[in-house]
This record gives sequence, C-alpha cells and structure tokens, in this order.
Amino acid sequence: MTKAKAKVVNVVLAGLGGQGVVKASDILADAAFRAGLDVKKSEIHGMSQRGGSVASDVRFGERVDSPMIARGEADCLLVVAADQVEVNRHVLKPDGVLVTPETLEGAGKIQPKSINVALLGALSRHLDLPAPVWEEAIRANLAEKHHRLNLEAFQRGREAAGK
Amino acid sequence: MLLSGDEAVALAAFNAGVRLGTGYPGTPSTEILEAFARLGGAARWAPNEKVALEVGLGASFGGARALVTMKHVGVNVAADVLFTATYTGVDGGLVLVSADDPGMASSQNEQDNRHYARAAGAIMLEPADAQQSYDFTGAAFEISERFHLPVILRMTTRVCHSKSIVTQRPLPPPSAAPAFRRDVPGRVMIPAHARPAHRRLRERLARAAGYAEDCPQTLVERRGKALGIVTSGVCALHAREAAPEASLMQLGFSHPLPMRAIREFVASVDRCVVVEEGDPILVAELRAEGLKVEGKAERFRFGELNVERVRRILSGDDSPEPETPSGKPPMLCEGCSHRPVFEALSRLDCIVSGDIGCYTLGVLPPFSAIDSCVCMGASIGVGLGLRHVLPPGEARRVVSVIGDSTFMHSGLTGLAEMVYNPPPGGHVLLILDNGTTAMTGQQEHPGTGRDLSHRVAKRIVPEEVARAMGIANVTTIDPMADEAALERAIASALASGELCVIVARRACILAAPKIRIYERAAAASAMAKMAETAK
Repeated sequence: MTKAKAKVVNVVLAGLGGQGVVKASDILADAAFRAGLDVKKSEIHGMSQRGGSVASDVRFGERVDSPMIARGEADCLLVVAADQVEVNRHVLKPDGVLVTPETLEGAGKIQPKSINVALLGALSRHLDLPAPVWEEAIRANLAEKHHRLNLEAFQRGREAAGK
Repeated sequence: MLLSGDEAVALAAFNAGVRLGTGYPGTPSTEILEAFARLGGAARWAPNEKVALEVGLGASFGGARALVTMKHVGVNVAADVLFTATYTGVDGGLVLVSADDPGMASSQNEQDNRHYARAAGAIMLEPADAQQSYDFTGAAFEISERFHLPVILRMTTRVCHSKSIVTQRPLPPPSAAPAFRRDVPGRVMIPAHARPAHRRLRERLARAAGYAEDCPQTLVERRGKALGIVTSGVCALHAREAAPEASLMQLGFSHPLPMRAIREFVASVDRCVVVEEGDPILVAELRAEGLKVEGKAERFRFGELNVERVRRILSGDDSPEPETPSGKPPMLCEGCSHRPVFEALSRLDCIVSGDIGCYTLGVLPPFSAIDSCVCMGASIGVGLGLRHVLPPGEARRVVSVIGDSTFMHSGLTGLAEMVYNPPPGGHVLLILDNGTTAMTGQQEHPGTGRDLSHRVAKRIVPEEVARAMGIANVTTIDPMADEAALERAIASALASGELCVIVARRACILAAPKIRIYERAAAASAMAKMAETAK
C-alpha cells in the first residue's frame, strides 16, 4: 500500500444515467476507505436520472483535499457507455489508463446490469487495493440478491483485463 | 463512515436531538431529509419552502430544535419568513440548509445565497466537506440557541453530493424540553415591537461577530508568509491543493465575519487573495474594511471553481479557459407520460408557459414545446399575463403547463389569480399529474396521498381544488390512453374561450413500480386495521 499512500490516485467513472456509474464509484470509494485510505468522491446528480451524461470523481490516498479531479489529472478513466469516451477523455493524464466495455472482450457473458462492476474488475488490475476490500465493498453497496452475479462479473472483468 | 455532505447533516441533526425536519425537495438538498427519516428522525415534506420554514420557526418557538432544508431558489420562497424570523429570534435551535448550485447542475439560476445572511441578518456557516457538514450542523444548533438567531448552513452541490470520511462525535443535546414561553413583544411583529427587535438583531449579530473571532469554524492554517488565501466552503479544499505552501483561512463562520481575525491573517502574509465561488462578496467586504486583498477576474463568477481555476485565480491568469466537451443532455424517458402532451402542444402550435420539473425537458427537440420557464408556479401567472396583453388570435394559443408537485408548491395562488382576474379569452391550465415529484428523485407531496416515508396521508386532489376555486371546466385524461383524445381535449379547451383545467394523469414510468408497492402496503395495512376493529 505504500505506493498508493504516497500520492493521490484519481479515477473518473463516466457513462449515462441509469448505467450504474454512481454505484460503481460508491463501490470504488468504499474499497479505498476499507483499505485505510483517505477518500473523496464527487459527482453531479440531478438531471442524470433522465439518461444524460454522468461522471463521478473518486480520489484516494494518504490525504485528499479537493473532491474534484482537474482536467488531465485522472490516472484512470472508466467509461460504461462507449459513446461517452470522447467527451470524458480530456480528464485523463497522457499516460492514464482507459477502461471501456471493449476491455471486457473475451470476458464471457456478463449481465448488462453488472457491466459497471465488471469494469471495476478490469480497473482493479491498475489499482493498488487488496482483493478482500473489493469483495467487501461490493457486498456492502449492493443488495444481497445481487452479490453472486456482481462478484462473478467483477472476477470476469479482472480476468479479461489481465489477458 | 463514508458519507455525503447531505447524509452528514442528517446524522448530526439526528444526534443533536432535532425534533422536526421539514423542507421541500430540491437538488442538491433532497437527500438530507430522506436520510434523517431513515435514521428515525421525524421528517416531512412541506408543500413549499415558505411553509417549511414557518413550521420550523413554530417548532423553535416551542423550544424544539428544527432543521429546514431546501435548494438555493427555495430560500427565495422562504425569504418572507426568514427576514422577520431574524427579528423574532428563536428559542430552540433553528437551522436552515441552503443548498446552492453554482454551475447550475440542476437549477434555473446560480444565485449566491451568502447574500441572504447579510440581507436578513442571519448567522451563516459554510462547511467544506462531509466531516465539516457533520461538525458545523451540530455547532449550528448550539450557535442558534446561544444568539437566539436562525443559522443558515450554506452548502453547495459539491459539498452536498461529495462523499468523504466522517467521524461521528457526540453532540450536546438541547438544554430544555419543548414548552411554550409567551413573549409577545419578542414574537408579535407589529411596528412597535419590530423597531426594538431590529436593534436587538443588530446587537445579537455584533455579539455573534465577537464569537466568530476564535470559534472552531474560523480555521487558520499557517504555512508560508508569501501567500495567504481567505476562502470559504469547498474552495478551501481546492485552494489547499492548488497552493499547498500558502497560509489558508477558511471562514467556516461566514456571517457575521470575524473581522479582527481576518485583519490579523491578512497582515501576517505578504500577499493575500480571496478565493470565493460565485459573487465577489468577501472581497468587497474585506476591501470595505480597508484590507489589501486581491480578488478574482469576472470570468470566475460563473460556474463552479476547481483546483485548476483556483490556480488561475492565484496567478492572476485571466486567459480564456479550455472548453469542456458537453455530454449527452438529459431527456424525457422512453414511455414518459409527458411525451404525448408535448407532442400535442407542439402540433397545436401552442404558446406554452412552462414550469419547473422533468417536463421542462419538453423544451428540447423533438418537442420544442415550451416558451418560458422561470420559477416554481410561474407557468400560471406568466400564462395569464400573456393572455391579458396578446392580440386575441395569439392569446388563445397560450397554455400554462404545471406538474403535480409544483402545483401544490405554488400553483394554488396562481389558480386563485386565474379565477379572480380571468383574461377575456379565458385560459387553459394543464396539470401534468405523474403522482410524484419526479425530477428530484420521486418524493411524495400533498397530492400523492403519502407522506415522506411513503405511508398513507390525506390526499389533495387537484380537480377538486380547481372546482372548489370556481373553475367550471375541469377534465381528467390519461395522456397515454388515447393521444387523439388528449389533443382534442386541449384543442376544445383552447377554443372554448373559458377557464379550463385539464389534469393529465398517469404515473411517472420510473416511479410506477414503487407506487404500486406503496399502494399494496397501504391496502394490506387498511385490511389489518379492519380485521383489528372487527375483533
């Protein structure tokens, strides 16, 4: 964890209203919190319910100040809707990691409702967070009846990104 | 715990022994009362913000702590209460949450409600994150009771909706149980009482300013001497990151200002910059005190600040900022019951006086069927004004369109105006009743027949209200059942030259499954009660 603690990690999650962007950012923020890190997470709600663009900023490290990620400062960008990549690309560092539905190719069957969590699995390859905190965070942020499906989706996403 | 600012306010209010939470839904404040109710607090939705603040003030007169929540524009509605509540003062702590929306993520304007503290003479606290939202809310009740003044807890979208780690500290409970204390000169604001009350208010504010000088909400972080930053709210976090070497003063107690502490801070640094979102309020007040401080370029009055923009303010960079690509705009859902209504209005080439809610999205293509949207309830008044002055051919195309929750909020007085001062060619009011306050996330209101926690409550029916107020032509129609019939109903109302109210009723497609669950629960509980009585 020393590397993650030394600097603040910036992750932007984006997509359209109804795709579980905010839920995915809740899980990520909770995982970082469970790993003992300072966390800030912020997004604009409101009109997003009506299918518009949604983006959520998650930042974690030893100490996080601003809840917002400035342009060009995201280490990772996770996009749930393929057509939302271009409008969000400006947040990513030149050498930043982009995780999109394409990343999941070869991951096997994933329920549409769990794509957000599968993408978190792919993202987890690039973040220095221990495996148990991910599982705890998924369980804590989703209703029990959705646990199995989402834990599977997470694992599939993680494996697909490791190929 | 990882909490949003809204959840932290609710938790603190609950821990501080708040007896009553009330407000009207409005992004980004809505989640506060919902979270307060989930914790077990007594929370309710008022028909509008004015009523909410009145109820809160009454609770405070009764010696109880009260929390009243609303979005920034809601304070405009509640302002009539606020400006005299500072004269009467309070007994139980009264905290009004004003959730501002710089950048207008979901609002019709980006007014800066720090002005209200100054204009009404209220105390204002401004938290930067969820921990401060918790701490400042707890402190706000004590401060309100100490100075007998309402406290405005001013939050912004980024504070309300950002999540960060919160440590729950015990909060001191209210000092006394609710009880009536008669105070006629203090609470009956006839001029003879109000004149001394105004002087009393200014004395209280002077004492509050003294308290603010070294209270826990006036936060100074001494670092370098070269640069000092005076700031408030979430900007304190942006500033700390933008200039980690600078000394920082966060004015968590932002009205009345701790001027001695500010003076000392400004004197302790070589260069001092005021970093504030919205209007240049602090910079003007500090300069009026003769302090040498720098402000921001006019371009930073618009929208939210962030680390990048604060860097620009600190370096005096007024060059054009890079454009952020705009994402996909929101739209009316597939299967939304508002869709056929706006399609019909568009086909009939109506002049549509619109209102605040999901249905404002009727302005966008393919409907392009709204001609004005100003504030809650304005559809009726603005529509009537148009009817009064337009030539008859145009006047008869004017329709006012309002949602069910907005109608309960401030459509009732507009309807009274329609009956009392009817335009010569009549008028048509369309009430789009989708059975919920959809835009803010499906909250209940007096027309749904359920309370904040979705339990059965008395239902106010708009058709009955319209008839009782004297509208002869009141019709109800399901906009999804027969689109041609809907269009005919609107066309014949327009042609009638009379006052007409059409209620287009169909549950919000997102809310409908939940509404069915609430209705089943209500029916089951009614059956259980009948069985109980029969025993």
